[in-house]
Amino acid sequence: MSSLKLWDISFRFWRVWQRNLLVYRATWKVNFLPPILEPIMYLLAFGMGLGALVGKVRYHGASVSYVSFIAPALLSINIMYNAFFENTYASFVRMYYQKTFDAMMTTPLTMEEVITAEIVWGATKSSIATAIMMTVFSAFGLIAYPLGLLILPLSFLGGFAFGSIGMCFTGISPRIELFNLPIFLFITPMFLFGGTFFPMENLPLWAQFIAGTLPLTHLAAITRCLSFGFMDGRVLGGLAYLTAFSLVFFPMAIYMMRRRLIR
Amino acid sequence: MDPVIDAKQLRKSYGKVLAVNDLSFSVQRGECFGILGPNGAGKTTTIRMLYGFSPMTSGKLRVFGLDVETAARTIKARIGVCQQENNLDPDLTVLQNLAIFASYYSIPTKIAHQRALELLSFMVLDHRQNARANELSGGMMRRLVLARALINEPELVILDEPTTGLDPQTRHQVWERLESLKAGGMTILLTTHYMDEAFRLCDRLLIMDNGRFLIQGNPEFLVREHVGRDIIEVAEPTNALRSFVDSRGLQYEDLGHRLIIYAEDHHDLFHEISSRYSREGYVLRMATLEDVFLKLTGRDLRE
Repeated sequence: MSSLKLWDISFRFWRVWQRNLLVYRATWKVNFLPPILEPIMYLLAFGMGLGALVGKVRYHGASVSYVSFIAPALLSINIMYNAFFENTYASFVRMYYQKTFDAMMTTPLTMEEVITAEIVWGATKSSIATAIMMTVFSAFGLIAYPLGLLILPLSFLGGFAFGSIGMCFTGISPRIELFNLPIFLFITPMFLFGGTFFPMENLPLWAQFIAGTLPLTHLAAITRCLSFGFMDGRVLGGLAYLTAFSLVFFPMAIYMMRRRLIR
Repeated sequence: MDPVIDAKQLRKSYGKVLAVNDLSFSVQRGECFGILGPNGAGKTTTIRMLYGFSPMTSGKLRVFGLDVETAARTIKARIGVCQQENNLDPDLTVLQNLAIFASYYSIPTKIAHQRALELLSFMVLDHRQNARANELSGGMMRRLVLARALINEPELVILDEPTTGLDPQTRHQVWERLESLKAGGMTILLTTHYMDEAFRLCDRLLIMDNGRFLIQGNPEFLVREHVGRDIIEVAEPTNALRSFVDSRGLQYEDLGHRLIIYAEDHHDLFHEISSRYSREGYVLRMATLEDVFLKLTGRDLRE
């Protein structure tokens, strides 16, 4: 059985990553705008608009402004979106419409390398977007340094986790329109209930428990700790969760894409 | 010397469907070998097995004497593949498309650039090297895909329907390029629907249908062997003509509205038919590979 064969991944996968970077740079103006403009819009809407209604929020034994409470959440949502959309819609376009993977498969690249590169690229996009967004937030004093710098490597890990599960959906989705389903059932609930816009403690216990099983909850919690400049058990627990999540869904993504492509 | 491709009892099944069924063939160094067949015959499946994209269900397949199941990466480094679709990177320029592809083969940047320029001038694309791939015409895209398949200086190029959908000018240009590659000693494997293309380019070819091998050989020889030298085509044949053809014991195919008589140097026969059954719609023409193809694979529509 071919699916039982050991996976053949070499550092050649960087070539595919470089290819994606080259395409990204060819259209960099379009790519840079959303991560710069979006956070500014969010800060205006939530900070000035909603923030005025909410006032202060209790966090880590202190009373903090609503803007500083949601800014880390916006970072983590941005990490999730960038990798997830890259490895669903964008990867699907490359696989299905542009047949880019087919062309790559005629070269010494293996399928595993192509998919690995796609996911690593999705994580890279998360990191690029995070760096841009952090720059904007820093101008408003919303990130505590130097600990806040750890958000950059974190964004890569988070991106890798979300890219891996996105790629799993790419492996099974017959049509590009069907990505609406995981977005509606998986991404949006996390966006709303993952401890992003209000403290988790406001939820009933059972809902807190469910939210605790989802990756964005952990990513948002870690990002918030780091943004406020402290570390506690939540950071380590969250990192362990995201690592385990990646270790499950990355091989699964390769397995599912193999089943889809190698026929 | 080892053949470049050596396929023995190749078999590929998708569930209960046998896409390729006990196909055996070999391609020698420097040869242009064609695989012909109607849609769904198993041509593309065969080709995909060659570069390790589709694992075969059973059989033995060696390229350059290496087993495709264990040495796919080494084999792929030495071949160039031109797939049916123009799967270029639409957002990148012509030159970037070649450079990126070269990087997949780990070709050093400088050498890759030099080679890209040479290939672009070979494919008459040098004037468009900085155009984005999605700005090219269909013919130009095809030539770029061909150039891309040559970026690693392959010993074997595999072409899956290289000229489908091209205008006559581009087709002829592509043929000339392929002929000059062949003259340079390149081994070529191609699939095609165009009999004139196969006849012109291939030293040998095989015709397959429903995944099965039908015949193999030199195209001229195959025409001579299977349909003879000449063809007399009669539109709207009368029954009198039919019984005449029968009485002469001639080989023919009756399509209802059209009678195709396979003949051997039958100028006299043609004159006899056209004078005795003096009606319009008689043609005497040279037998072609298309006649062989239709005779063997039938005239039913596929798909």
